[in-house]
Amino acid sequence: MEVKKMICINCPLGCSLEITIDGEEINVSGNKCKRGREYGISEIKDPRRIVTSTVRVLNGDKMLVSVKTSREIPKKLIFDVMKEINGVKLKAPVSIGDIVIKDILGTGVDVVATSNAKKI
Amino acid sequence: MEREIVIIGGGPAGLAAAVEARKNGIEDILILERDKSLGGILQQCIHNGFGLHIFGEQLTGPEYADRFIKEVEKLNIEYKLDTMVLHISSDKTIQAINPEDGIINIKAKAIILAMGCRERTRGALNIPGTRPAGVLTAGAAQRFVNIEGHMVGKKVVILGSGDIGLIMARRMTLEGAKVEMVVELMPYSTGLKRNIVQCLDDFNIPLLFSHTVVRIHGKERLEGVTIAKVGDDRKPIPGTERFVECDTLLLSVGLIPENELSREAGVKINDITSGPVVDESMQTSIDGIFACGNVVHVHDLVDFVTEESRLAGRGAAKYIKKELKKSDERIYAKGNGGVRYVVPCIINSENVDNEVNFFMRVDNVYRNVYLCAKQGDTVITKVKKQMVSPGEMEHLKIKREVLKQIKKGEITFHLEEV
Repeated sequence: MEVKKMICINCPLGCSLEITIDGEEINVSGNKCKRGREYGISEIKDPRRIVTSTVRVLNGDKMLVSVKTSREIPKKLIFDVMKEINGVKLKAPVSIGDIVIKDILGTGVDVVATSNAKKI
Repeated sequence: MEREIVIIGGGPAGLAAAVEARKNGIEDILILERDKSLGGILQQCIHNGFGLHIFGEQLTGPEYADRFIKEVEKLNIEYKLDTMVLHISSDKTIQAINPEDGIINIKAKAIILAMGCRERTRGALNIPGTRPAGVLTAGAAQRFVNIEGHMVGKKVVILGSGDIGLIMARRMTLEGAKVEMVVELMPYSTGLKRNIVQCLDDFNIPLLFSHTVVRIHGKERLEGVTIAKVGDDRKPIPGTERFVECDTLLLSVGLIPENELSREAGVKINDITSGPVVDESMQTSIDGIFACGNVVHVHDLVDFVTEESRLAGRGAAKYIKKELKKSDERIYAKGNGGVRYVVPCIINSENVDNEVNFFMRVDNVYRNVYLCAKQGDTVITKVKKQMVSPGEMEHLKIKREVLKQIKKGEITFHLEEV
């Protein structure tokens, strides 16, 4: 049996959750509402995060455009995703929503531009 | 040059106010922006989490800004970039300067102040020690990393657990720096819970409450800081000092509304918010000068800046169309008993559309309290809160009918034990 502690982020209350993992069974305590339980379980089973960063732009009116993963990716892949993002250079023009990396690391999630760069 | 509405600042506040003023029938609008693009500070806030209230989805800062920039362009609202406003006078003349036009003098019928805020710096804290490179505000570092593409350091200590500091702890980590710790003077964080979890806990970055930086070391480049524990009086406790090696110290120690122009114009400033005193239409103490966003009081969420700025845009449009009523019968809103300030603080109930959303901050962390609005001893409205904290802005809405009944006098906002 394993016990993990975390803070629920659903509201400003920030309940301190205690999660006990016993094989397949996950128990959440310390939460004051249903959302706390759901949060605790998803954080144990499959924690995911949106990753945001920047990418170099060539011939653009700016040095960088910002990017994000179009959906959440598994938390354990954050640094691998960063490595892929840092390996990319884009050519201007770039528009919000342009796909920068398709299906990053086979996650089914794309990395997309979140700012624009004009060609100069 | 004569213009109907001139907006100082093209960040989220200025953009929302401009769009709203146009939608309320004002053709002649000019936005003055000192940076090279519209969008303000949102352009460097590349993380997501913006827009949940306004758009019902989580956007990054540049995406949130882009929605408003697109609207400004679609509505053909005129703007000047790279343009610095030098002076505003009480008769609503504006002096600005840019490389193309030189000095510009504008006579405006209405002005909307939307200059935002700036960060407190090392000078505001008086941290003793040497003056090496590597000590900068979290927002300055954010600009270097996210806009200009320069990393600012490898081994980082962050002073202050405000949201920008937390966001930069994660950003620096993702870009390969080692963030040693975040030290916070107070026994609680002023940052959002989500940021503490996703920016610090996710990367095992320690957050030390009731600690501060007491000395800065290094000659050319920062070599380290001495941190110490502080007591209830927030003074360092002798004997608790320890040295932490680092090449970068980021400061996230609060924001100050940027009101030099407002003061010069003679706009009345609230001592607590450091922003203009505003009424229900976001009008300042000078007729026809409005203000919105972080220049009025520092917000946690841009969504509320947008909401407030739309109000200022509507207010300015009404003023131009001579629909804004002036009356001696006013309601004064005040905070006491745990509530530090209330915005807006002057209400002409005649000008209220549906309701007034009063924004406020509390002075400490409280659990199980009522947030109340009272007129004398009569409760107007109250909501139960399991927890309130200075880091999270609170708000309370009061309907137009209720305000019309009160008409004049004082409303006080305070906390009461359950």
